[in-house]
Amino acid sequence: MKRSMRIAAAALTAALFAVGLAACSPGGGSDTSAAGKPADLDAALSKGGEITYWAWAPAGEAKAKAFEAKYPNVKVNYVNAGSGVDEYTKITNALKAGTGAPDVAQIEYTAMPQFYLAKSLVDLSSYGFGDLKSDFIPGSWGAVADGEKVYGLPEDSGPMAMFYNQRVFDQYGITVPTTWDEFSAAAEKLHAADPNQYLTSDGGDGYFASSMIWQAGGHPYQVDGTKVTIDLQDEGTKKWTGVWNNLVEKKLLSPTPSYTDDWYKQLGNGQIAALISGAWMPSLLESAAPEGAGDWRAAPMPTYDGTAASANFGGSAQGVLSQSKNPALAAAFVKWMNDSPEGVKVLQDSGSFPSTVSDLKAPDFADATSDYFGGQQVNKILLAASETVPDGWQYLPYQTYAQTIFADSVGQAYANNSDLNPGLKKWQETLVSYGNEQGFTVTGK
Amino acid sequence: MRATPIERRRSRLVPRSSISLTILMVVLVLYTLVPLAYLVINSTKSQDDFFTSFGLSFGSSFNLFQNIGEVFSYNDGIYSRWFLNTIFYVVVSAGGATILAALAGYGIAKFRFRGRNAVFAVVLGAVAIPGTALALPTFLLFSSIGLVNTPWAIIIPSLVSPFGLYLMWTYATDAVPSEILEAARIDGAGEFRTFFTVSLRLLAPGLVTVLLFSIVTTWNNYFLPLIMLSDPKLYPLTLGLAQWNAQSTGTNADPIQNLIITGSLIAIIPLIAVFLFLQRYWQSGLAAGSVK
Amino acid sequence: MAAVVASVSKTPTRTRRRLGIPIGWGFVTPFLVFFVIAILAPVVYAIYLSLFREQIVGGSGFVGFDNYVRAFTDPEFWAGVGRVIAFMIVQVPIMLAFSLIAALAIDSGRLRAPGFYRILLFLPYAVPGVVAVLIWGFIYGPRFGLVGSINNFLGAQIFTPLTPDWVLASIANISVWEFAGYNMVIFYAALRTVPSELYEAASLDGAGPLRTVMSIKLPALRGALVITTIFSIIGSFQLFNEPNLLKPIAPNAITSNFTPNLYAYTLSFAGQQYNYSATIAIVMGLITAIIAYVVQLRGTRKELA
Repeated sequence: MKRSMRIAAAALTAALFAVGLAACSPGGGSDTSAAGKPADLDAALSKGGEITYWAWAPAGEAKAKAFEAKYPNVKVNYVNAGSGVDEYTKITNALKAGTGAPDVAQIEYTAMPQFYLAKSLVDLSSYGFGDLKSDFIPGSWGAVADGEKVYGLPEDSGPMAMFYNQRVFDQYGITVPTTWDEFSAAAEKLHAADPNQYLTSDGGDGYFASSMIWQAGGHPYQVDGTKVTIDLQDEGTKKWTGVWNNLVEKKLLSPTPSYTDDWYKQLGNGQIAALISGAWMPSLLESAAPEGAGDWRAAPMPTYDGTAASANFGGSAQGVLSQSKNPALAAAFVKWMNDSPEGVKVLQDSGSFPSTVSDLKAPDFADATSDYFGGQQVNKILLAASETVPDGWQYLPYQTYAQTIFADSVGQAYANNSDLNPGLKKWQETLVSYGNEQGFTVTGK
Repeated sequence: MRATPIERRRSRLVPRSSISLTILMVVLVLYTLVPLAYLVINSTKSQDDFFTSFGLSFGSSFNLFQNIGEVFSYNDGIYSRWFLNTIFYVVVSAGGATILAALAGYGIAKFRFRGRNAVFAVVLGAVAIPGTALALPTFLLFSSIGLVNTPWAIIIPSLVSPFGLYLMWTYATDAVPSEILEAARIDGAGEFRTFFTVSLRLLAPGLVTVLLFSIVTTWNNYFLPLIMLSDPKLYPLTLGLAQWNAQSTGTNADPIQNLIITGSLIAIIPLIAVFLFLQRYWQSGLAAGSVK
Repeated sequence: MAAVVASVSKTPTRTRRRLGIPIGWGFVTPFLVFFVIAILAPVVYAIYLSLFREQIVGGSGFVGFDNYVRAFTDPEFWAGVGRVIAFMIVQVPIMLAFSLIAALAIDSGRLRAPGFYRILLFLPYAVPGVVAVLIWGFIYGPRFGLVGSINNFLGAQIFTPLTPDWVLASIANISVWEFAGYNMVIFYAALRTVPSELYEAASLDGAGPLRTVMSIKLPALRGALVITTIFSIIGSFQLFNEPNLLKPIAPNAITSNFTPNLYAYTLSFAGQQYNYSATIAIVMGLITAIIAYVVQLRGTRKELA
C-alpha cells in the first residue's frame, strides 16, 4: 500500500509539473500597444504579405479574391469558421490559447462590445480611422466606435421591414397590415382559414426580440463603461409583448425554428406568409427559398400608433484581432473592404445592404428592382426604414451569451405558448447575475 | 479458438429454427437498417428531390455520382482534405494507442514489479472519468502550452486507452503462457525482444480488437476536435460534416443537404469495411475481454 | 473496478531486474507518460482552476471553494443532472434488453444465418455519432423529414420528436440505435465462452431452452452485464454530441443546460466561465465515478451470492 502511495505521489508530481509549466506560460494575447499611423496602411499594402480572414457572409470570399486581384502581393486566407456564435467561440478559444486567431474577422454589431471590452480588437484610430466616421450611417458607426476609439468598420446594416407573400395574401384576402393590431387580426384570419398557414414565424430569438423592443421605443440595455442597467419590463418591452403575447398564446406563430431546412421550405411554399426582418432578408430568401420567387413583396414594418418606426436587426463589422502579426496590412484590408467603391461593390453584388452613406444615397441603389420581389424597388422601403430607427439603442457587453441562454427562459414561454413577460424577467435575472460575476456592475430594474 | 466444439454442440442440441425468434430479429434488423437505408437512398437524390420526395423512395433522377463528384469538389475539395486528416489522425492515434496499451497490458500481466497494483488501479479508475468532462481542462491546459489548433491536440489524448490496457491485460494473461517466456529467458533473449518476436504474435487477436475499437473512437471523435481546432483545414470528417450541416442552415444558408448526406455515406464506408473484413479477429478478442 | 484490481495480484509472474529498475516498468512507462499528460494533468489542472475565478472585467482571483458551493446550489446544473439520470433510467435498460435479447437469440442456434443478424445489428456502431445524429435529425424533421411524411399521411402533426416533451426520448432512441449492436456483440462474445459440457449436462437433466437461459446463460453474462452497464452509465452522463447537434432544429427543447456536459460547454465557450465550468466537470466526474463504483459493487455482490 505504501508503495502504491509513492507511485501515486510520483504521478501527481509529474502532473503538477505539467500544470506548473502551463500556468507559467502566457495566456491570451492582449498586446495592443503597438500604435500605428495612417501612412502605415499604404506601406503595408506595397510591402505585401499574408493575412487570414474569417467570415461567413456570402461576400466574404469574393472580397478576399477581389482584394488579392487588386494587390497581387497580398495573400488573403479566407476561412469560413462557422457563423455567428460558432465563429466567436473559435476566436475566443484562439485568443485564450494565444495563437490561431485570424487577422481580420467578421463580427456582428451585437458582439462588438464583448470583443473590444476584452481588448481582443485593435483600436484602429491610430491609423486615422476616426476620420472615416462621416462615411458611414450613424447607426452602424455607433456599433464599431467607443468614444474616440474605433474597433472596426461597418459592413452591412439591417434596417427592418416586413416581407410578405403577395400570392398567399391574395388567396386568403388579406390586406397588407400597417399596424400591429391589423397584423394580429391578419394572423388570426390566415391561421383560421388553414391550420397549416401562418402569417409569420418566431420560435424565440433574442436578437429578434431585442429589435422588436427597439422598434417599440424601448431601451432595455443601458451601458456606461462597465456599469450596466437591464430593464426588460420597460415601456417599449411591454408594448411589444402586448402585441406578441397574443400571437404566442393563440399559437398563431409558426413554431418551426428559424433558419432551418423546414423553415426555408415553409417560406418557399407560402406556409409562412410574412417575416419581420432585416435588410439582409431579401437576398437570403432569394437563395434559400427560391420557390417563392415573384411572390414576395416588401412593406414598412407595422406600427403601434401609425407613426413610422423601424429598428436594426443584424449587420456586421470587420475588426482586426489583437493577435494579428500584421495589423497595418489587416487594417488596410478592412478599410478597402468597407470604405472603397470596389470593396462595397462586392458587398452590394451579394445582395447586402451597405452602411456607407454615399452608396445608400446613390440614385441607382434606391431605384434597383428585384425580380424575386416582383420588380419592386425594395431598397426604397429599406432606406425609408433606416431613417426611422429610434436613437440611443445599446446592446449588452455580453449579448452573445445572452442570446445563447435566451431559449432557457424566454424560449420556454414560446414553447409553452404562455406569457412572455415572466420569461423576460427570468432572462433578466440571469443576465444580471452573470454580468456581476464577470466583474460588471449590473443592476436590474 | 473455442468456436469449433461449440458449433458442433449447436447442431446437435437445437435442430429447428424458431419462427417467433426470427420475426423478432427481423424487427430489430429493420429498426437498425432504416436510417442506413435512408442515408443510401437519399445520397442518390438531387437537392431538389431531397425536399420534394418521400424519404424512403428514390427521387426523379439518379444523382449519386454527381453528388459524389460535388462532395469532393465543393469548397475547393475540402472534403478530401478532411478525409485524409481523419485517416492520419486514426492511423497515428489508434496505432499508437494500441502499441502503448499492448506494452502496458503485457507488462502488468506478465511481470511482477513494485507499484504494479497502483498503476493498474489508477489507470482503471480513470475509465470512470467522463472523457468529455476532461476535454475542457485539457483544452485549457493545451492552450497554455500552445498545442491547441495543431494535430497533436487531437492525437495526444487519443493515445491513452485505459479500456485498451484492460483488454490487453486480460488477453495477455491467458494468451501468452509463462512457460514460453521462461524458455525464451533460458535462451538468453531480452524481454523486449521476446515481446516483439514471440508474444506479439500470440497477442494478435487482442491487438486487432484494441486497434479496431481505437480506430472507431478516433474516427468518430467529435467533441475533442470541436474544442481544439479552429482551422477547417485541420478538421476531421466528423467536424467537417457538422460544419456543412451548420452552413446549410442559419442566416447565410447555403443548402447542401445532398452533399451532407452523400458525404456522410462516404465517411462510414471505410469503418464498416474494416469491421466486416476483420470480424473474426475482433470477436474472439472481445470474447476473452468480456469474461472478466 | 475493485474486483478487477483485486484479481491482479493473483496472476503468477516473476520479477526480473536490469540496472535495478524492474523490467515491468519498461513496458508500462510509455503508456504512463501519455496518461499523465492526457488524463492526470488535466484533472489536476481542473482542480486548480476550480479554486479561482476569472472575470471579463477585473482579472483572476483565488476564491477557495466558492465554485463548489455554487455548483451544489445551482438549479440549472442539477436540472441537467436530473435529466441525464432520467435518460439513463429509461435508455440503458431498453438498450441492454435489446442487446441481451438479440445476443441470446443469435446464440440460441434457432435462427438461420445468425452471423448475418449479428453483423447487421452491429453496423450502427461503425457510424460516427455525428453522422448518426445528422441522419436522425433529417428523419425527425416534423414537416419535411420522414416523420413529416408520416404526419402528412396522417393529416396532422401527430409525431413531434423535437418538442420539449419528446426530445429526450428522441435522443435516447439515437443512443439505442448507435450502441445496442455493440453491446449485443459483447454479450454474444461472453456467451460463446460457456463450455459446451455445461449445455450437455443441462440437456441430460432435461432442461428446456428457458431454463438453460436462466441457469446457465444469464449467470455467464453477469460480468459482461456489469461492464456494459458501467459504460452505458458513463455514456449517459457524458451526453453531449446528440443534444449539441440537434439544438439548432430544437432550440427551445434543448436548453443550454440540457445535460451537464452541454452546460459546462456553454459556460466555458459561450460564457467564458472557465473556472466554474471546470468545477462542473469535476463534480460530474465524481458523480459518475461514484455511480459506476456502486454498480460495480452491486454487480460483484450478486456474483458472490
